[in-house]
Amino acid sequence: MGQVGLSEAPFSESFAATRLDWIVNWARKNSLWPMPLGLSCCGIELMAMIGPKFDLARFGAEAARFTPRQCDLLIVAGTMTWKMAQAVRLVYDQMPEPKWVMTMGVCSSTGGMYDSYAVVQGVDSILPVDVYVPGCPPRPDAVIDSIIKLQQRIQRERPVKDLIEGIPDYADVGTGHTLHQPNRAVAHKKLPALPTRPSQD
Amino acid sequence: MTSEKQAATQARVAAVLTGSNGVQGLAVDAIGIDHDGMVCVTATPEQLHEVCVLLRDALGFESNTFVTARDHGVGREQRFEMFYQFLSVAHVDRVRVRVMTTGDDPEVPTITDLWPGTSFSERECWDLMGVRFSGHPDLRRLLMPQGYDHHPLRKDFPHVGIEPDKLYNQWDEERRAAFAISEAERLEGKR
Repeated sequence: MGQVGLSEAPFSESFAATRLDWIVNWARKNSLWPMPLGLSCCGIELMAMIGPKFDLARFGAEAARFTPRQCDLLIVAGTMTWKMAQAVRLVYDQMPEPKWVMTMGVCSSTGGMYDSYAVVQGVDSILPVDVYVPGCPPRPDAVIDSIIKLQQRIQRERPVKDLIEGIPDYADVGTGHTLHQPNRAVAHKKLPALPTRPSQD
Repeated sequence: MTSEKQAATQARVAAVLTGSNGVQGLAVDAIGIDHDGMVCVTATPEQLHEVCVLLRDALGFESNTFVTARDHGVGREQRFEMFYQFLSVAHVDRVRVRVMTTGDDPEVPTITDLWPGTSFSERECWDLMGVRFSGHPDLRRLLMPQGYDHHPLRKDFPHVGIEPDKLYNQWDEERRAAFAISEAERLEGKR
Protein backbone atom coordinates (compact mmCIF):
# COMPACT_ATOMS: atom_id res chain seq x y z
CA MET A 1 0.00 0.00 0.00
CA GLY A 2 1.48 3.25 -1.09
CA GLN A 3 1.75 6.48 0.81
CA VAL A 4 -1.54 8.46 0.93
CA GLY A 5 -1.14 12.18 0.41
CA LEU A 6 -3.51 14.71 1.90
CA SER A 7 -4.44 15.95 -1.54
CA GLU A 8 -5.81 12.65 -2.78
CA ALA A 9 -9.56 12.40 -3.25
CA PRO A 10 -11.87 11.27 -1.69
CA PHE A 11 -9.95 11.24 1.59
CA SER A 12 -9.18 14.99 1.51
CA GLU A 13 -12.83 15.91 1.08
CA SER A 14 -13.73 14.66 4.52
CA PHE A 15 -11.71 17.24 6.46
CA ALA A 16 -9.98 20.59 6.13
CA ALA A 17 -6.61 21.37 7.65
CA THR A 18 -6.51 24.75 9.43
CA ARG A 19 -5.20 26.53 12.49
CA LEU A 20 -7.19 26.37 15.72
CA ASP A 21 -6.98 30.17 16.05
CA TRP A 22 -8.47 30.60 12.62
CA ILE A 23 -11.43 28.31 13.15
CA VAL A 24 -12.25 29.80 16.59
CA ASN A 25 -12.06 33.33 15.18
CA TRP A 26 -14.19 32.35 12.22
CA ALA A 27 -16.91 31.08 14.54
CA ARG A 28 -16.70 34.12 16.79
CA LYS A 29 -16.76 36.77 14.13
CA ASN A 30 -19.76 35.35 12.30
CA SER A 31 -21.95 35.14 15.39
CA LEU A 32 -21.48 38.56 17.00
CA TRP A 33 -24.55 39.02 19.14
CA PRO A 34 -24.95 42.72 19.87
CA MET A 35 -26.13 44.26 23.11
CA PRO A 36 -28.18 47.24 21.89
CA LEU A 37 -27.56 49.95 24.44
CA GLY A 38 -29.58 52.75 22.85
CA LEU A 39 -28.98 55.74 25.10
CA SER A 40 -30.37 58.42 22.79
CA CYS A 41 -31.12 59.17 19.13
CA CYS A 42 -28.47 56.75 17.78
CA GLY A 43 -30.70 53.99 19.12
CA ILE A 44 -33.18 54.72 16.32
CA GLU A 45 -30.54 54.09 13.66
CA LEU A 46 -29.54 50.98 15.55
CA MET A 47 -33.09 49.65 15.27
CA ALA A 48 -33.14 50.44 11.56
CA MET A 49 -29.86 48.58 11.14
CA ILE A 50 -31.19 45.44 12.81
CA GLY A 51 -34.51 45.64 10.94
CA PRO A 52 -35.27 44.13 7.54
CA LYS A 53 -34.17 47.04 5.34
CA PHE A 54 -30.49 47.03 6.26
CA ASP A 55 -30.64 43.47 7.61
CA LEU A 56 -27.74 42.90 9.93
CA ALA A 57 -28.51 39.17 9.70
CA ARG A 58 -26.34 39.07 6.58
CA PHE A 59 -23.33 39.40 8.88
CA GLY A 60 -24.50 37.04 11.62
CA ALA A 61 -25.15 39.83 14.11
CA GLU A 62 -28.91 40.15 14.07
CA ALA A 63 -29.61 38.38 17.35
CA ALA A 64 -29.88 41.43 19.61
CA ARG A 65 -30.07 40.19 23.17
CA PHE A 66 -31.40 42.40 25.91
CA THR A 67 -29.45 40.61 28.57
CA PRO A 68 -25.70 41.10 28.78
CA ARG A 69 -25.19 37.43 29.67
CA GLN A 70 -25.78 36.39 26.06
CA CYS A 71 -23.90 39.15 24.25
CA ASP A 72 -20.55 39.48 22.56
CA LEU A 73 -20.65 43.03 21.24
CA LEU A 74 -21.63 46.04 23.33
CA ILE A 75 -22.90 48.82 21.05
CA VAL A 76 -23.04 52.05 23.05
CA ALA A 77 -25.41 54.11 20.90
CA GLY A 78 -25.85 57.66 22.11
CA THR A 79 -24.89 60.18 24.74
CA MET A 80 -23.62 58.58 27.92
CA THR A 81 -23.95 60.61 31.09
CA TRP A 82 -21.94 60.09 34.24
CA LYS A 83 -25.05 58.83 35.95
CA MET A 84 -25.59 56.23 33.22
CA ALA A 85 -21.89 55.29 33.22
CA GLN A 86 -22.32 53.03 36.23
CA ALA A 87 -25.05 51.06 34.45
CA VAL A 88 -22.97 50.79 31.26
CA ARG A 89 -19.99 49.55 33.24
CA LEU A 90 -22.15 46.94 34.98
CA VAL A 91 -23.52 45.74 31.63
CA TYR A 92 -19.97 45.41 30.32
CA ASP A 93 -18.84 43.50 33.39
CA GLN A 94 -21.75 41.08 33.12
CA MET A 95 -20.93 40.17 29.52
CA PRO A 96 -18.96 36.92 29.24
CA GLU A 97 -15.62 36.79 27.46
CA PRO A 98 -14.89 37.22 24.61
CA LYS A 99 -16.44 40.66 24.32
CA TRP A 100 -15.98 43.72 22.16
CA VAL A 101 -17.17 47.31 22.48
CA MET A 102 -18.31 49.62 19.70
CA THR A 103 -19.13 53.30 20.25
CA MET A 104 -21.78 54.48 17.83
CA GLY A 105 -21.91 58.20 17.10
CA VAL A 106 -19.71 61.10 18.18
CA CYS A 107 -21.35 61.47 21.60
CA SER A 108 -20.27 58.10 22.84
CA SER A 109 -16.95 58.31 20.97
CA THR A 110 -15.74 61.69 22.25
CA GLY A 111 -18.60 63.43 24.03
CA GLY A 112 -19.46 65.20 20.80
CA MET A 113 -20.94 68.63 21.18
CA TYR A 114 -21.84 67.98 24.80
CA ASP A 115 -18.76 69.33 26.55
CA SER A 116 -20.87 69.51 29.66
CA TYR A 117 -20.95 68.65 33.33
CA ALA A 118 -23.25 65.70 32.80
CA VAL A 119 -21.72 63.88 29.83
CA VAL A 120 -18.83 61.41 29.76
CA GLN A 121 -16.27 62.66 27.24
CA GLY A 122 -15.99 59.37 25.39
CA VAL A 123 -16.90 55.85 26.44
CA ASP A 124 -13.18 55.00 26.34
CA SER A 125 -12.91 56.85 29.65
CA ILE A 126 -14.38 53.83 31.37
CA LEU A 127 -14.28 50.94 28.87
CA PRO A 128 -11.77 49.55 26.36
CA VAL A 129 -13.27 50.40 22.96
CA ASP A 130 -12.56 48.40 19.80
CA VAL A 131 -14.34 50.38 17.08
CA TYR A 132 -15.46 53.99 16.91
CA VAL A 133 -18.18 54.96 14.45
CA PRO A 134 -18.36 58.69 13.61
CA GLY A 135 -21.59 60.40 12.63
CA CYS A 136 -24.47 62.17 14.33
CA PRO A 137 -26.10 59.73 14.15
CA PRO A 138 -24.16 57.43 11.77
CA ARG A 139 -26.10 55.82 8.96
CA PRO A 140 -26.79 52.10 9.36
CA ASP A 141 -24.38 51.50 6.46
CA ALA A 142 -21.57 53.08 8.45
CA VAL A 143 -22.26 50.87 11.45
CA ILE A 144 -22.44 47.77 9.26
CA ASP A 145 -19.11 48.80 7.74
CA SER A 146 -17.60 49.01 11.21
CA ILE A 147 -18.99 45.62 12.11
CA ILE A 148 -17.20 44.23 9.06
CA LYS A 149 -14.01 45.99 10.19
CA LEU A 150 -14.47 44.49 13.64
CA GLN A 151 -14.86 41.06 12.05
CA GLN A 152 -11.58 41.56 10.20
CA ARG A 153 -9.99 42.53 13.45
CA ILE A 154 -11.39 39.52 15.29
CA GLN A 155 -9.92 37.29 12.56
CA ARG A 156 -6.45 38.52 13.56
CA GLU A 157 -6.85 37.71 17.27
CA ARG A 158 -4.99 34.89 19.05
CA PRO A 159 -7.52 33.10 21.26
CA VAL A 160 -5.29 30.08 21.93
CA LYS A 161 -2.48 32.33 23.11
CA ASP A 162 -4.91 34.11 25.45
CA LEU A 163 -6.12 30.74 26.70
CA ILE A 164 -2.60 29.66 27.60
CA GLU A 165 -1.25 32.95 28.93
CA GLY A 166 -4.46 34.33 30.39
CA ILE A 167 -6.23 37.52 29.45
CA PRO A 168 -3.97 40.48 30.30
CA ASP A 169 -4.76 42.46 33.42
CA TYR A 170 -5.36 45.73 31.62
CA ALA A 171 -8.04 44.26 29.37
CA ASP A 172 -10.91 45.78 31.33
CA VAL A 173 -9.31 49.16 31.98
CA GLY A 174 -10.23 52.20 29.92
CA THR A 175 -7.64 54.41 28.32
CA GLY A 176 -7.77 56.99 31.09
CA HIS A 177 -9.13 59.36 28.48
CA THR A 178 -11.26 60.95 31.20
CA LEU A 179 -8.20 62.69 32.59
CA HIS A 180 -7.34 64.49 29.37
CA GLN A 181 -10.82 65.17 28.11
CA PRO A 182 -11.42 68.53 26.43
CA ASN A 183 -12.90 69.96 29.60
CA ARG A 184 -10.95 73.02 30.58
CA ALA A 185 -11.72 72.37 34.24
CA VAL A 186 -9.66 69.19 34.33
CA ALA A 187 -7.14 69.94 31.58
CA HIS A 188 -4.38 70.68 34.06
CA LYS A 189 -4.48 67.21 35.59
CA LYS A 190 -1.54 64.93 34.84
CA LEU A 191 -1.94 61.76 32.82
CA PRO A 192 -1.65 58.52 34.76
CA ALA A 193 0.88 55.90 33.74
CA LEU A 194 -0.92 53.26 31.68
CA PRO A 195 -0.76 49.77 33.20
CA THR A 196 1.74 47.52 31.43
CA ARG A 197 1.56 43.90 30.47
CA PRO A 198 3.15 41.65 33.14
CA SER A 199 6.62 40.45 32.19
CA GLN A 200 7.08 36.96 30.79
CA ASP A 201 9.24 35.60 33.64
CA MET B 1 -51.02 96.21 25.64
CA THR B 2 -53.46 94.85 28.15
CA SER B 3 -56.52 93.06 26.90
CA GLU B 4 -59.89 93.04 28.61
CA LYS B 5 -59.36 89.45 29.69
CA GLN B 6 -56.08 90.28 31.42
CA ALA B 7 -57.56 93.34 33.13
CA ALA B 8 -60.48 91.25 34.37
CA THR B 9 -58.11 88.59 35.75
CA GLN B 10 -56.00 91.26 37.41
CA ALA B 11 -59.08 92.80 39.08
CA ARG B 12 -60.37 89.39 40.20
CA VAL B 13 -57.02 88.33 41.69
CA ALA B 14 -56.47 91.72 43.34
CA ALA B 15 -59.95 91.72 44.86
CA VAL B 16 -59.39 88.38 46.58
CA LEU B 17 -55.75 88.76 47.58
CA THR B 18 -56.01 92.28 48.98
CA GLY B 19 -59.60 92.07 50.20
CA SER B 20 -60.86 91.74 53.75
CA ASN B 21 -59.90 88.01 53.94
CA GLY B 22 -56.78 88.62 51.85
CA VAL B 23 -53.08 88.29 52.53
CA GLN B 24 -51.62 90.37 55.34
CA GLY B 25 -49.38 93.14 54.03
CA LEU B 26 -49.97 92.60 50.31
CA ALA B 27 -50.46 95.92 48.55
CA VAL B 28 -52.72 96.37 45.52
CA ASP B 29 -49.78 97.35 43.28
CA ALA B 30 -48.16 93.96 44.00
CA ILE B 31 -50.56 92.51 41.43
CA GLY B 32 -49.35 93.68 38.05
CA ILE B 33 -49.10 92.49 34.49
CA ASP B 34 -45.78 91.17 33.19
CA HIS B 35 -44.23 92.16 29.88
CA ASP B 36 -45.56 88.94 28.36
CA GLY B 37 -49.10 89.86 29.38
CA MET B 38 -49.54 87.46 32.27
CA VAL B 39 -50.97 88.58 35.58
CA CYS B 40 -48.20 88.44 38.15
CA VAL B 41 -48.31 88.58 41.95
CA THR B 42 -45.10 89.76 43.63
CA ALA B 43 -44.89 88.31 47.13
CA THR B 44 -42.37 87.78 49.90
CA PRO B 45 -41.38 84.29 51.09
CA GLU B 46 -43.54 84.75 54.21
CA GLN B 47 -46.63 85.63 52.14
CA LEU B 48 -46.12 82.89 49.55
CA HIS B 49 -48.02 80.08 51.22
CA GLU B 50 -51.00 82.28 52.05
CA VAL B 51 -51.13 83.60 48.48
CA CYS B 52 -51.11 80.05 47.13
CA VAL B 53 -53.93 78.95 49.44
CA LEU B 54 -56.11 81.79 48.17
CA LEU B 55 -55.18 81.14 44.56
CA ARG B 56 -56.24 77.52 44.90
CA ASP B 57 -59.33 77.78 47.11
CA ALA B 58 -60.82 81.20 46.35
CA LEU B 59 -59.69 81.80 42.78
CA GLY B 60 -59.85 78.27 41.41
CA PHE B 61 -56.32 77.74 40.11
CA GLU B 62 -56.36 73.99 40.37
CA SER B 63 -52.97 73.10 38.95
CA ASN B 64 -49.38 74.22 39.23
CA THR B 65 -47.57 74.45 35.90
CA PHE B 66 -44.01 74.80 37.15
CA VAL B 67 -41.75 76.02 39.90
CA THR B 68 -38.47 77.49 38.81
CA ALA B 69 -35.86 80.01 39.83
CA ARG B 70 -33.63 82.57 38.21
CA ASP B 71 -30.09 83.43 39.28
CA HIS B 72 -29.44 87.17 39.14
CA GLY B 73 -25.69 86.74 39.54
CA VAL B 74 -23.04 86.14 42.17
CA GLY B 75 -22.73 88.80 44.84
CA ARG B 76 -26.22 90.22 44.53
CA GLU B 77 -28.08 90.70 47.80
CA GLN B 78 -31.31 89.39 46.28
CA ARG B 79 -29.79 86.64 44.19
CA PHE B 80 -32.51 84.08 43.43
CA GLU B 81 -35.94 84.95 42.17
CA MET B 82 -38.58 82.23 42.36
CA PHE B 83 -41.28 81.83 39.75
CA TYR B 84 -44.49 79.87 40.29
CA GLN B 85 -47.04 79.56 37.51
CA PHE B 86 -50.60 78.33 37.98
CA LEU B 87 -53.29 77.25 35.56
CA SER B 88 -57.04 77.33 35.96
CA VAL B 89 -58.83 75.10 33.51
CA ALA B 90 -62.25 76.24 34.74
CA HIS B 91 -61.51 79.94 34.14
CA VAL B 92 -59.09 79.34 31.21
CA ASP B 93 -56.60 81.49 32.99
CA ARG B 94 -53.02 81.64 34.18
CA VAL B 95 -51.30 83.54 36.92
CA ARG B 96 -47.69 83.90 37.98
CA VAL B 97 -46.23 84.44 41.44
CA ARG B 98 -42.72 85.77 41.82
CA VAL B 99 -40.79 85.77 45.06
CA MET B 100 -37.45 87.46 45.67
CA THR B 101 -35.16 85.67 48.11
CA THR B 102 -32.00 86.84 49.84
CA GLY B 103 -28.64 85.19 50.25
CA ASP B 104 -26.64 82.51 48.44
CA ASP B 105 -28.56 79.62 50.01
CA PRO B 106 -32.16 80.79 49.99
CA GLU B 107 -35.05 79.00 51.59
CA VAL B 108 -38.73 79.31 50.69
CA PRO B 109 -41.76 77.45 52.07
CA THR B 110 -42.93 74.47 50.08
CA ILE B 111 -46.35 74.34 48.39
CA THR B 112 -46.31 70.55 48.10
CA ASP B 113 -49.12 70.36 50.68
CA LEU B 114 -51.41 72.32 48.32
CA TRP B 115 -50.45 70.75 44.98
CA PRO B 116 -48.77 67.34 45.56
CA GLY B 117 -47.46 67.29 41.99
CA THR B 118 -45.25 70.26 42.78
CA SER B 119 -42.91 67.87 44.57
CA PHE B 120 -40.96 67.03 41.43
CA SER B 121 -40.66 70.66 40.33
CA GLU B 122 -39.31 71.62 43.72
CA ARG B 123 -36.88 68.74 43.75
CA GLU B 124 -35.60 69.78 40.33
CA CYS B 125 -35.27 73.37 41.49
CA TRP B 126 -33.30 72.28 44.55
CA ASP B 127 -31.12 70.01 42.43
CA LEU B 128 -30.19 72.50 39.73
CA MET B 129 -30.48 75.90 41.44
CA GLY B 130 -29.87 75.09 45.10
CA VAL B 131 -33.03 76.64 46.52
CA ARG B 132 -34.21 74.85 49.67
CA PHE B 133 -37.91 74.24 50.21
CA SER B 134 -38.67 74.13 53.92
CA GLY B 135 -41.33 71.58 54.80
CA HIS B 136 -40.84 69.48 51.66
CA PRO B 137 -41.38 65.82 52.64
CA ASP B 138 -38.68 64.34 50.41
CA LEU B 139 -36.18 66.90 49.14
CA ARG B 140 -33.77 64.67 47.23
CA ARG B 141 -31.98 65.45 43.99
CA LEU B 142 -33.99 64.69 40.88
CA LEU B 143 -31.54 64.68 37.96
CA MET B 144 -27.98 64.76 39.27
CA PRO B 145 -26.64 61.73 41.18
CA GLN B 146 -27.25 61.66 44.90
CA GLY B 147 -24.22 62.91 46.79
CA TYR B 148 -23.21 65.55 44.25
CA ASP B 149 -22.10 68.73 45.99
CA HIS B 150 -22.94 71.44 43.46
CA HIS B 151 -25.91 72.98 41.69
CA PRO B 152 -25.28 73.07 37.93
CA LEU B 153 -27.58 75.88 36.79
CA ARG B 154 -26.11 78.52 39.09
CA LYS B 155 -24.20 81.32 37.43
CA ASP B 156 -20.93 80.48 39.20
CA PHE B 157 -20.95 76.85 38.03
CA PRO B 158 -18.55 76.26 35.11
CA HIS B 159 -20.33 74.74 32.12
CA VAL B 160 -17.78 71.93 31.92
CA GLY B 161 -18.62 70.86 35.45
CA ILE B 162 -16.82 70.40 38.73
CA GLU B 163 -15.33 66.91 39.01
CA PRO B 164 -18.08 65.21 37.00
CA ASP B 165 -16.33 61.85 37.30
CA LYS B 166 -15.87 61.94 41.08
CA LEU B 167 -18.92 59.90 42.06
CA TYR B 168 -18.33 57.36 39.28
CA ASN B 169 -14.71 56.80 40.29
CA GLN B 170 -15.72 56.46 43.93
CA TRP B 171 -18.30 53.85 43.00
CA ASP B 172 -15.78 52.03 40.77
CA GLU B 173 -13.14 51.84 43.49
CA GLU B 174 -15.62 50.50 46.06
CA ARG B 175 -16.86 47.91 43.57
CA ARG B 176 -13.34 46.73 42.72
CA ALA B 177 -12.40 46.51 46.39
CA ALA B 178 -15.51 44.42 47.16
CA PHE B 179 -14.71 42.15 44.19
CA ALA B 180 -11.12 41.67 45.35
CA ILE B 181 -12.33 40.61 48.81
CA SER B 182 -14.90 38.13 47.47
CA GLU B 183 -12.36 36.74 44.99
CA ALA B 184 -9.84 36.22 47.81
CA GLU B 185 -12.48 34.40 49.86
CA ARG B 186 -13.36 32.20 46.91
CA LEU B 187 -9.71 31.23 46.39
CA GLU B 188 -9.39 30.60 50.12
CA GLY B 189 -12.35 28.20 50.00
CA LYS B 190 -10.79 26.28 47.14
CA ARG B 191 -7.73 25.32 49.18
